[in-house]
Amino acid sequence: MAVQEARLATVDPDHARHLLREMLRIRRFEERCVELYSATKIRGFLHLYIGEEAVAVGAMQALEPTDAVVATYREHGHALMRGIPMRAVMAEMFGKVDGCSRGRGGSMHLFDAATRFYGGNAIVGGGLPLAVGLGLADRMRGRSRVTACFFGDGAVVEGEFHESMNLTALWHLPVLWLCENNMYAMGTRLDRAQSETDIALRASSYRMPAWSVDGMDVLAVEEATRRAAESIRAGAGPLFLEYRTYRFRAHSMYDPERYRAKEEVEAWKERDPLVTYPALLGRAGLVTDEVVGELEGEVAAEIDEAVAFAETSAIEPVEDLTRFVYSERTAS
Amino acid sequence: MSVATQAVEIARPQVQRLTYREAMRAALREALLRDDRVFLMGEDVGRYGGCFAVSLGLLEEFGPERIRDTPLSESTFVGAGIGAAMAGLRPIVEIMTVNFSLLALDQIVNNAATILHMSGGQFNVPLVVRMATGAGRQLAAQHSHSLEGWYAHIPGIKVLAPGTLADFRGMLQPALDDPDPVFIFENAALYSTEGEIAADPPAVDIEHASVRRAGTDVSLVTYGGMLRNVLEAAESLAAEGIDAEVLDLRVLRPLDAEAVLHSVGRTHRAIIVDEGWRSGSLAAEVSARIMEGAFYELDAPVDRVCTAEVPMPYAKHLEDAALPQPASIAAAVRQMVGHG
Repeated sequence: MAVQEARLATVDPDHARHLLREMLRIRRFEERCVELYSATKIRGFLHLYIGEEAVAVGAMQALEPTDAVVATYREHGHALMRGIPMRAVMAEMFGKVDGCSRGRGGSMHLFDAATRFYGGNAIVGGGLPLAVGLGLADRMRGRSRVTACFFGDGAVVEGEFHESMNLTALWHLPVLWLCENNMYAMGTRLDRAQSETDIALRASSYRMPAWSVDGMDVLAVEEATRRAAESIRAGAGPLFLEYRTYRFRAHSMYDPERYRAKEEVEAWKERDPLVTYPALLGRAGLVTDEVVGELEGEVAAEIDEAVAFAETSAIEPVEDLTRFVYSERTAS
Repeated sequence: MSVATQAVEIARPQVQRLTYREAMRAALREALLRDDRVFLMGEDVGRYGGCFAVSLGLLEEFGPERIRDTPLSESTFVGAGIGAAMAGLRPIVEIMTVNFSLLALDQIVNNAATILHMSGGQFNVPLVVRMATGAGRQLAAQHSHSLEGWYAHIPGIKVLAPGTLADFRGMLQPALDDPDPVFIFENAALYSTEGEIAADPPAVDIEHASVRRAGTDVSLVTYGGMLRNVLEAAESLAAEGIDAEVLDLRVLRPLDAEAVLHSVGRTHRAIIVDEGWRSGSLAAEVSARIMEGAFYELDAPVDRVCTAEVPMPYAKHLEDAALPQPASIAAAVRQMVGHG
């Protein structure tokens, strides 16, 4: 705890409160999504990030607007943190034309060209080769940009993981590999699927710096990710971070959770960043209950507005079903 | 301009002799010179010169950044092509053979073909993927298949199958100009074939099928490596008084169904010759289009000559027997027009 307090002492108080606000935005947004799912406003798969918010919030602080992000199917938090308006994300969940993918992607495929958000990818490991190419383009054009690629522990045993680690190291590409290790690939625990469970160690075998970070500590995540991103910007080549985190909810909306013990879930909830972080700020005198209440109120208002927007947004005309299979413009 | 100079101009050769390999190499070179966003990436495209020697010499001219050798990581170098294309470059990815492309199917089907649509039109993927396809070289069951028909099943990509020297020379540039992923299937049995082409070859389109031999008795619909077998069959049939039309599809997706229906409207008979297997094939698709669009034009049921449904064997006599040959194509035509 002393470490966290020491780290907090180096952070601007407004920024410290901003991080809390951002974690609240993701948590409350997803809680509302659960209600809307039950009300059948949202359908399909809904993979909740609840419990892992400190990762997306901390990591995204390190990125510049010109950087690129590749994410997974559990990417609501990443999309919001990247700056996609909440109303556009919510409208996407509703399958509406004002959604950030015009209702064609849904929860798993949030895209946004304006923020260089190259999608929620729902094939485990499938986003990694894209990140290689985004980084390759930057290197070939001499651009000082970072491509941040998020993926889970399940991706580490996909062939594309190893191909991508190898290529970025071999070609010295400016790619930041960000593994969100929540210990379960759907229902398969890491040690039941991987002969070497030290993920950072595996990445380091490709001759790139790789280390693990407490993914439940937003300040630790931010600090480590900033260091990694700056290093890449300085020309260090690819870097790898493993965030150790935990998913509190089911894999998707419902699952019987036969694969893990309730005690394990409860133990991780003791480290819930939405509990521990406001407590840390409180002890440091950076927030009061009243301030937290105000933040909650602001977040609730943003969500209300997003839901109202999604409700009233039009749906794509069925006549436009086959649009965007091929481009409607010519390449330049 | 003096009379003497004019004479020199006229004397300059207007056609050149090239192999199909050289035609593709010339197209690559031209594309690399024309646009600095273009680069070639794949296994052994650089120092080795390409496993079919298509890119031989390009490394020396353009350097290792733009003639980029990759590790044997098909999925990731195809995916990297997708990412680089989305980030503003114009990658040409070479996959050694269609059988190896199966290792990259995730990137092709789940990303290249879907991202434009999934993103609601925000991210297009101006990627070109070239690969060798086809049999006839005794390379057995993991280097000889013709799976372009599978690719033609997938909305979101375009599928080209050049069968002429002009198309080997000309299809690359319009593919690069296309804003969406374009796959070029080059029948490897053609690479060493030589032919004549204009010194300054005209542009070709990547939309339309092309009648390679006009005829009145039957439409032979084909593409790629089978084109020359079909033309050979048509010539032998002509000697017997059967006038076959040969339609080269050229583009397998989107299919130029109009051209097929027009041809059948002229000849009232159709045989599809496809190096792919018969079941669930491109030949099946063309047959269905004819049934849907020209049923009442037909004087006979549509027929197909396809590769035998067997993994390609090594032994030459077995491989020959598995593939549509000029003789088997001609036999099918004779049967249909009543000369069998």
